[in-house]
Amino acid sequence: MNHIEISLTQSLDHCIKCNVCTSACPVAAVTDKFPGPKYVGPQAQRFRHAGQPVPDDSVDYCSGCRVCNEVCPTGVKIVELNARARAQIVAERGMPLRNRIIARAGVVGRLSSGPHAPLVNFGLSLTPLRWGIEQVMQIHHDAPLPPASSYTFRSWFKKHQPVAGVRKQVVYYHGCSTQYYEPRVGQAAVAVLERNGYEVIIPKQGCCGLPLLSNGDFPAAKGRHMYNVEHLLPYVRRGIPVVGTSTSCTLTLKEEAPELLDLHSQDVRAVAAGTYDIFEFLRNLYEAGELDTNFLPIQREFPYHPPCQLRAHRVGLPVLDVLGLVPGLHLNESHAECCGIAGTYGMKKEKYQIGMDVGAKLFTFVKAADSDLALCDSETCRWQISHGTGIATKHPIEILAQAYGL
Amino acid sequence: MQTISTDVLVIGGGATGLGCVRDLAMRGMRAVLVEKGDLTNGTTGRYHGLLHSGGRYVTKDPQSATECAHENAILRRVMPHCLEDTSGFFVITPWDDPSYGDIFATNCRKTEVPVQEISVAEMLRREPALNPQISRVFEVPDGSADSFLAAHTNALSARTYGAQILTYHRVVELIRTGDHVVAAVVEDLRTSERTYVECGFILNAAGAWAGQIAALAGVKVTVVPGKGTMVAMSHRMVNTVINRCKLPADGDIIVPVHTVAVIGTTDIHVPDPDVYGIEPHEVRLMLEEGEKLVPGFSQYRALRAWAGVRPLYKDQDVANDRDISRTYKLLDHQQRDGVDGIISMVGGKWTTYRLMAKDAVDTIAQRLGNTRPCRTADEPMPVPDFEHRGGNHAGAGAEKLYWLGKPLAAVEEEHAYGDLICECELVSRDRVHAAIASGASNLDDIRRDVRMGMGPCQGGWCIYRTTALLYEQRAQAAENASADRPAFDIEHANAAMLHFLQERWKGLTPVLWGDQLRQARLDELIYVHVLGAHRLSAHAEQGGGLVTDER
Repeated sequence: MNHIEISLTQSLDHCIKCNVCTSACPVAAVTDKFPGPKYVGPQAQRFRHAGQPVPDDSVDYCSGCRVCNEVCPTGVKIVELNARARAQIVAERGMPLRNRIIARAGVVGRLSSGPHAPLVNFGLSLTPLRWGIEQVMQIHHDAPLPPASSYTFRSWFKKHQPVAGVRKQVVYYHGCSTQYYEPRVGQAAVAVLERNGYEVIIPKQGCCGLPLLSNGDFPAAKGRHMYNVEHLLPYVRRGIPVVGTSTSCTLTLKEEAPELLDLHSQDVRAVAAGTYDIFEFLRNLYEAGELDTNFLPIQREFPYHPPCQLRAHRVGLPVLDVLGLVPGLHLNESHAECCGIAGTYGMKKEKYQIGMDVGAKLFTFVKAADSDLALCDSETCRWQISHGTGIATKHPIEILAQAYGL
Repeated sequence: MQTISTDVLVIGGGATGLGCVRDLAMRGMRAVLVEKGDLTNGTTGRYHGLLHSGGRYVTKDPQSATECAHENAILRRVMPHCLEDTSGFFVITPWDDPSYGDIFATNCRKTEVPVQEISVAEMLRREPALNPQISRVFEVPDGSADSFLAAHTNALSARTYGAQILTYHRVVELIRTGDHVVAAVVEDLRTSERTYVECGFILNAAGAWAGQIAALAGVKVTVVPGKGTMVAMSHRMVNTVINRCKLPADGDIIVPVHTVAVIGTTDIHVPDPDVYGIEPHEVRLMLEEGEKLVPGFSQYRALRAWAGVRPLYKDQDVANDRDISRTYKLLDHQQRDGVDGIISMVGGKWTTYRLMAKDAVDTIAQRLGNTRPCRTADEPMPVPDFEHRGGNHAGAGAEKLYWLGKPLAAVEEEHAYGDLICECELVSRDRVHAAIASGASNLDDIRRDVRMGMGPCQGGWCIYRTTALLYEQRAQAAENASADRPAFDIEHANAAMLHFLQERWKGLTPVLWGDQLRQARLDELIYVHVLGAHRLSAHAEQGGGLVTDER
């Protein structure tokens, strides 16, 4: 037990057993396999002992959506307790092959994207192949796997001509999904940042490590995080902010990795403090009077789902604040707890249906919105929403780029 | 008045009495045990739960140390399900005399207490919460014990061998014929019915109450009730028993037992074992001393404070209660006082209960002409029905010893998480049912059997649930049984609930700050504001004959 485990364990002392978390938990509401956050969190923690075998399995059904942390009236770090407990299970029993693979989004993306992507995508669209993958890999045959991109974001950026005469600099953290699956999100982000007078710097970077954290491989996640810290730190030291479009990646850089991995060096803290979700950053610009607000009107209404990971930033809903400035544009907030995918959770064979049931409320909302497009800040949530509703989803930054006429 | 006849009447349903009644029955003697409350209602159910290695006594009380060392090894063999192999450290903090370390190690060897010095780095690796300023660490085979479960284990075995155990029965009279005690009159506190118990021998194992029993036979026995106050912290910040390496004093030990860490104790002479309070300065002292072992100790959540009374036998005048020997004493009143037919077993400690029982029963056996040998050191004991069945995988070679994760592993194995009555201590509906079926007559009895209500919420969520189960099961049983079985009405259930709330509240009041204050407020909202429990006092006064508050 180290410093962070002691402080996490101490947080369980704040639990007054009120069951507010259990009532709010979207997973416990749809399956009996998950006994709920109170049980697997502060309650089970009293029975865990680093020197003894792990006594429990059901904590693995925690999706990590963080709704429990949000609603807890006494500040118990339930999600962190659960992530730690899962890491203990992995450390003791090893990690299934499936989890090893899906926890490495960067590696999978690198292998799938590129000129051969259409072939990969075609293969993944074949039902028999998906059944085969389910048999061998335990990835559900209907799980929303994203289509790989035929070009990577970084290859696009290399050819990209920056706007001349800029005054300010910003680092863009694109993450794995923009790099390999949705380069258009990164292109929109670069366009928006340049429009606001920034030179966009894209340093070397790796996966943020969140899939590794949520699958319990803490040693590997630590390697990823320290790699990113090493490459982002020189910019942060010079006062250049780091912004990201993947709200889960930015949360990991800011908070998840340092907290769960007990990384508290000055360097780690500097990077955490210098990282922003892109709409958080844009709202800061607006508040400082620096945001270009010459928007073209968009006479549309879109359903918008603020993902769990965004809510965990505790920055309010910056997308609503910024896109609210676009004339004619109106976003309807989902008020749903979770889409159910929770990163890689809903892709797993044994958890797919749970994920779909958790997302049902959101799917109903999106379908009822009578729109051909929905918005969401997190990539896996977008794929899940599209899968659950058949409706296309975009990152809000793509709409903002459109409002700038870019 | 009904009359029953037996070879030996054992008085006291604590560890000693239960050990005695089992040993008697195993040797083929007819035996009856009476206890004025529930089993373990006295000191046995109120101690910190240490399975002594003997380390605490190596200097001041070497005989006790050796007894503990031997019994420790025996109990691990015969009642593993009641014991956790936590191991124990004796640590020298900056507040302790560093020269005692060598004396301690030498005395351990002299008294056969296994000891090994380990490095401070190794100590911190195993117990990172401990004070890094500790200078030396000695490891000994301390453990923690579930004294409730052990009592029921002994009782179950004793009954299997034919013994009769009567709880909620108080001795009101001992009958002497000349200089011979020949019988006792006992009263069922629930029905006020009296029974005449004819017996060949009386074994006084009433602990801190032994003087009161002896007085009924016209014999003077001075037992000094030494109050020990303890505080339970809501989770285990250490998993090893931590002792200060110095002569025993107040607040010098932390025992990880089940889900809590208990710090103890004080030692204050009280005139009456039934009347004592817990003073704020005692609780403060415990927390301050805890800080020396675990920095930040007082910031952890205190769950509850309670006290037990040590049955210290006072042979002659001793200035300080801590100087009274912790070894036990068998008082043969024929030799000592010229009164035959009764012996008293006084002093001692939980860890040596089996040895005490053996000595007492040896004496009685000899007197009654029974020559069968004592087998309690060899024969493993049965596991009561209300104990967890599953969860036995604490590592090779230790399957049967209790381990912290066992209740959780058992609930996970059985997928019983949807059917938990007490969530903090993971007590399933089945186990509550089993406890009621095995004779628990009120909520406090159920608590002692399965730990219901002993977790952080102190019954906030399980008291009303357990009350409902008690009502259902007892009302059903009363309906099915013949007319001699007393009825169990809703008034009885309400009285049981109020009684238990009151019991929990007593232990909460000394630690009402921080998290536990917040908890108490929530519990108050549940029981007073939602359920209106405070309006049930009329029911509580009736008591229903099932809730006895023998104070």
